[in-house]
Amino acid sequence: MPNAAVEDEKTFLRRVRPQHWKSPVPRSSYDLLIVGGGPAGLAAAESAARLGFSVALVERNRLGGNSLNVGSVPSKALIRTAHVCSTIRGAEDFGALAPGEVALDFSKVMARVRRILTRISAYNSVDDLTTLGVDIFFGDARFESTDALVVGSTRLRFEKALIATGARPKTPDIPGLEQTGYRTSATIFEMETPPKRLAVIGGGPLGCELAQAFCRLGAHVTIVQDEPKFLPREERDAAEILSRSMARDGVEIRLNTAVVGARREGGDKILETVDSGVKNDVHADEIVLCVGRAANVEGLDLEIAGVSFEAVQGIKVDDFLCSSNPRVYAAGDVCGELKFTNAAQTSARIAVRNALVDARQRYDDTLTPWCTFCDPEIAHIGLHVWEARRQSIPIKSFTVMMHDVDRAITEGEDTGFVKIHTAEGTDRILGATIVASRASELINEMAVIMNAGIGMEALAEMVHTYPAQSEAIMLAAQAYRYSTSSRFNAR
Amino acid sequence: MDDWAQLSDDALVTRLQRAAFSYLLEYANADTGLVADTSRRGSPCSIAVVGFALSCYPIAVQNGWLSRADGAARTLKVLRFLSRSTQSDAPDATGNKGFYYHFLDMQTGRRVWQCELSLIDTALLIAGVLVAGSYFDGGNEENEIRELADALYRRVDWHWAQAGASGLSQGWKPECGFLHYGWEGYNEATILYVLGLGSPTFPLAPSGYVTWGLTYQWENLLGHDVLYSGPLFTHLFSHAWIDFRGIRDAFMREKSSDYFENTKSAVAIHREYGERNPYCFRAYSRNFWGVTAGDGPANVEIREDGRDRRFFGYMSRGVPYGPDDGTIAPWAMLATLPFTAEAALAGTRSLLDTYPQVCIQDRFSSGFNPTLQSRTGGWLSEGWYGLDQGLLVMMIENHRTGLIWEIMRRCGPIRDGLRNAGFEGGWL
Repeated sequence: MPNAAVEDEKTFLRRVRPQHWKSPVPRSSYDLLIVGGGPAGLAAAESAARLGFSVALVERNRLGGNSLNVGSVPSKALIRTAHVCSTIRGAEDFGALAPGEVALDFSKVMARVRRILTRISAYNSVDDLTTLGVDIFFGDARFESTDALVVGSTRLRFEKALIATGARPKTPDIPGLEQTGYRTSATIFEMETPPKRLAVIGGGPLGCELAQAFCRLGAHVTIVQDEPKFLPREERDAAEILSRSMARDGVEIRLNTAVVGARREGGDKILETVDSGVKNDVHADEIVLCVGRAANVEGLDLEIAGVSFEAVQGIKVDDFLCSSNPRVYAAGDVCGELKFTNAAQTSARIAVRNALVDARQRYDDTLTPWCTFCDPEIAHIGLHVWEARRQSIPIKSFTVMMHDVDRAITEGEDTGFVKIHTAEGTDRILGATIVASRASELINEMAVIMNAGIGMEALAEMVHTYPAQSEAIMLAAQAYRYSTSSRFNAR
Repeated sequence: MDDWAQLSDDALVTRLQRAAFSYLLEYANADTGLVADTSRRGSPCSIAVVGFALSCYPIAVQNGWLSRADGAARTLKVLRFLSRSTQSDAPDATGNKGFYYHFLDMQTGRRVWQCELSLIDTALLIAGVLVAGSYFDGGNEENEIRELADALYRRVDWHWAQAGASGLSQGWKPECGFLHYGWEGYNEATILYVLGLGSPTFPLAPSGYVTWGLTYQWENLLGHDVLYSGPLFTHLFSHAWIDFRGIRDAFMREKSSDYFENTKSAVAIHREYGERNPYCFRAYSRNFWGVTAGDGPANVEIREDGRDRRFFGYMSRGVPYGPDDGTIAPWAMLATLPFTAEAALAGTRSLLDTYPQVCIQDRFSSGFNPTLQSRTGGWLSEGWYGLDQGLLVMMIENHRTGLIWEIMRRCGPIRDGLRNAGFEGGWL
């Protein structure tokens, strides 16, 4: 490993898991004891400490959780490199002639990933937390009673506790898979060389992101999804646009296909699949599992703490994020349906206020935006059309295609749409779905608009920069206005 | 030399309609009455095309292209075959539970290609069966037509196809059971649900139609309000049999519209999309449109004008979300005649004038792509597809005389099915 990389690694570990960490002498009791140092735990620790409460945080591995160590951050760094490769390959479309085939130095790709992890780890480091007065304990936590737990030989008492242990990749029971060998999102970034052939099991957000990224990095990727479309949580049109985009990249797509077995032959890892009764094999050098996440609830002795939970869904909480033990709250992936970093952080801050200052604030993820970081990106906030219709809410969507947006055209990023869902007959916005190269940014305008209670009438008046892709949002609102005025005129 | 430009609208449409109908005679098997999916050598039968053929024989009789006896004889031949063919869960049967496999051997009627027991294609077949049963109301062999039509309809176990779920799967295979693919979003399946809901023997539970409706998307797209569905044919198929003018289900009552008006909006969107031509395909304009399911150039990629062009084979194309590879179905514009006659004729005349090669022997090809250049001025699908020809015959007739709509207004299962789906008002 080059010197710079070694330094990066050392800095990273110093920030997230110092090698010779000496645990502090525990207080007699903590106002808030947090189990888990991922996005939820870190947000909770900072929030509670800034409110002036005594806080202890227990982490069994490294601070930052999945998001920093094996999730959002490294995957986005890898996706960026993949995007660069794709841009170079398509440079001729813009009249820029690339010198030849894109060559990849995977060690440099991964070095960049580690460098980025190191930079970002600065913002929630051990130093930062201790400066705020948070006592940090590394080790496995186990509840000993309803108001105490142990970490190694250290007993920690609490007035309130927050469980934020996150979730881990689910592993389906596929015969032969264990012996064949596979990776998950937690281990994919440990690869030192990119696989020539990669088989991805699962067509959710992570599976699609990794499939497209590794394909653009030069691997032959086959993605196997047991449902008829990718991203089951998203609109069909959005999922189909992504499917076509991946196919254009060269990803081999096998929808509606179940993996029924796995085996090794020579150097090949082979997935045995069935599609509508037709059997097939998928040969690969690596297999990566992306079939969802299961809450981390094992080993905590939650029964002793009086905390109800289910093995996969995790800890059961009420609207205020309180568990069946009134002293114990939960936040993030261990209890939430939306397993995203922003949802984890938001729920953690609410749980802290509810636990420590009796805020009685309900956690509602309706206005939590999320995004799948493929190309194009797919982002959503609020209600989906089918959710509104199931609730008997008349709903009407105003759609602007990105190929009708000047900036998207000039950028050559004209695939996708902005769709704003409204309560029909009113200008009230119920939700939005955006498919665009930067949907993750555009959706945040919708988050502000919806949280501020701004309607389509006012949105139509908001002047946007020109040309900008966000103009699509304004154009959708203007379509609303034209629609209502033409109806009025017709009468 | 083609002389289409010299013909009046009525003469042009009549000529094209008759030519389209002639496909159904030319490619019917003399023994079974089954009709080929395409004109290509070795093509199997598509049961949907048989449904269209059964619907078109009365049109031919009314127009004097067939004698009533001939129309009845052709109808009886295929109804007898369908009635006597094997219904079982064997993998080479003709059908199961009253449904039929999508593609059948023309001579034996056995399942081919390991295809699915198709719910929608069975529905299109049965719709044709019901047209026959309603139209042929005379004595002698027409009695048998009515008896067989009634028996074939009653035999379909729509309830079984619901498979304990609320919605419907798209099909079933003996190898794997019901397919995972369901009906999501508005599409051509209205006729399927109406027939299933009207069954006196094995009806669908009404909740199935309600569940399907929950997936509908009411959108303002390219300046038009529409119950969205991308491919143009999805806005046409059910309308070939059912006159949706003035009748509304709960969804359309909520939107103060009806499915007929909705197809008009869909056409307006297709035309607007053609005019905007966002992906710079050759020829697209307000008079060159019709992106729908159909044959395509196959999976090829080319670079052109500084961009990659990816083309597809036979697939369902749609507007405006795609997929769109610059391929249109040349017949599609004319098939919208009952909804937007002016647009349909303007587009069709412009197409025939500019690209006469799309209409060989007065029959429209299934797909045409002028973006993919070839010696003939664009890629052209070989031969003809029966679905295209059958739909065109019916839509032209509905525009000119309303014959099929009139027949089906009197058809008990259609009326019952519509009512059970919550339709009311108008002629119902």
